[in-house]
Amino acid sequence: MSDLIYQLKDLKVSFPDLSQKPLLGAAPRTQVLKGLTFDVAKGDVLGIVGGSGSGKSTLGRTMIRLLEPDSGSVLFEGSEIAHMNEDDLRPLRKKFQMIFQDPMSSLNPRRQVGGIIAGPMRLQGFDNLSARVNEALEMVGLPKTFTNRYPHELSGGQRQRVGIARAIALRPDFILADEIVSGLDVSSQAQVLNLLEQLVRDLGLTLAFVSHDLSVIRRLCSRILVLHQGEIVENALTANLFSNPQADYTRTLLDAIPLPDPNQVWE
Amino acid sequence: MSYLSIQDLSVRLRNGLPLLRKVSLDVKAGEVRALVGESGAGKSMIGKAVLGILPRAVRLTGGKILLDGEDLLALPPKTRRQRIGAKAALIPQDPLTALNPSRRIGPQITDRLVDILGWKRPEAEARALELLEEVHIQSPGRVMKSYPHELSGGMRQRILIASAFAAEPKLIIADEPTTALDVTVQKQILKLIREMQERHQTALLFVTHDLGVVSKISQSLSVLYAGKVIEDTDVRAFFDAPRHAYSKALLAATPKYTDPDGSLMPVPDNIIAAVEREVAAFDAQMNE
Repeated sequence: MSDLIYQLKDLKVSFPDLSQKPLLGAAPRTQVLKGLTFDVAKGDVLGIVGGSGSGKSTLGRTMIRLLEPDSGSVLFEGSEIAHMNEDDLRPLRKKFQMIFQDPMSSLNPRRQVGGIIAGPMRLQGFDNLSARVNEALEMVGLPKTFTNRYPHELSGGQRQRVGIARAIALRPDFILADEIVSGLDVSSQAQVLNLLEQLVRDLGLTLAFVSHDLSVIRRLCSRILVLHQGEIVENALTANLFSNPQADYTRTLLDAIPLPDPNQVWE
Repeated sequence: MSYLSIQDLSVRLRNGLPLLRKVSLDVKAGEVRALVGESGAGKSMIGKAVLGILPRAVRLTGGKILLDGEDLLALPPKTRRQRIGAKAALIPQDPLTALNPSRRIGPQITDRLVDILGWKRPEAEARALELLEEVHIQSPGRVMKSYPHELSGGMRQRILIASAFAAEPKLIIADEPTTALDVTVQKQILKLIREMQERHQTALLFVTHDLGVVSKISQSLSVLYAGKVIEDTDVRAFFDAPRHAYSKALLAATPKYTDPDGSLMPVPDNIIAAVEREVAAFDAQMNE
């Protein structure tokens, strides 16, 4: 099956619960992901949705191996990365990138935009850095002059574009976007979503979009994974999920979204 | 008769930069008015001006704030603080930073009853228990003895709602009280605020950037841009047909999951330019 970019099988992740730690000995562990199995096809835009604490960010971070799972398998383009060591992972890392939620804390305040975008490329041994930086800026619709700006000189939407430019500059196959529009105003949010959609199309990216907002997910994603307390409660094509939600939890989520419409009644 | 009436309120940074430009709005007893706008539009600043908690870097340069018919700004500072403390309260955005992490919940609710209204401790505690029941907290006795970190975000927000209603204020200012919560909890909290507000017939000024939330909670709204009210209308009229081009654009940029192919339109540059011109023209007129 060459058209799958990710194959995850029985993925389990737990964290130590330090609030329960005894004076001596190890803290008990809380299961965050309780055995997830699903595939991601190349070119998919996968929405990962769930309430706080559902494990959606943990899942994303495990997929790009910022976290190591307890057990289970993560196949990325056919290679098993679940327990791969950092030296072997390094060459793969340019193929999966991440865009972070808060662009202020994920951009180094002491570096200029050009340096921020070039950083990961330098680590990965790319050449022609300044040409690539310019190209990445152009793709996210920022002028070249921004290479000399500092993050604090930019608006929220512009900062998030820099985060996107840093991720796509490496020409990855897969990008994880973790709640990247939740801190933006609706207008900047619309701009960033439109940009992301265009980049997915132009660059043939596969995207996992973690969000708590089903309205945003519907706009962007082709397939949706609904997580609840560390388990997949629904995995469906976007159109099917909205026309005929299967899981009770999905319906609860849908009912809770406040539509900009005074005729929607909450019972 | 409006319980809160703000008239031509102007607030500037110390260097003269205008933050609020002659803002006028009214909230009647039992009415919920939403204050909408993008970040930096000055929505929270209005709430802070009413409560007398403006940051040091800004000053109030003109206008009137009438609370229950009395001009707050004409009162001596001490009297003003007493009036605000007795008649108004705030539901803040982030329930974790609003609660003192090193104190139990109980005293954090009863303090305002004891300090502002001069109640006795036991009376205040009985009232706090009642309030916690009113906001649908299951075991109020246990929660009174808990520390903030032991409770979930939704529970903490319920506590702040209880505490806001504790002294029976007739005006409550809610500053994005649900932005930190996830949608299912947000729904419960919005319903709770609405229920409490109706029961106590409170005037509620609700600050938010989410037009979805506006349509669920409020009867009227003021749309702000750069500290200027550009539209003041009732909710039904607004969602049927916003009058101002900027309001229309804001509504078009709001995603709706029921609208499958709905492409999201960022607020177009020409509309931003037009509303900026409107603000500049207003400033020019003020300086004449």
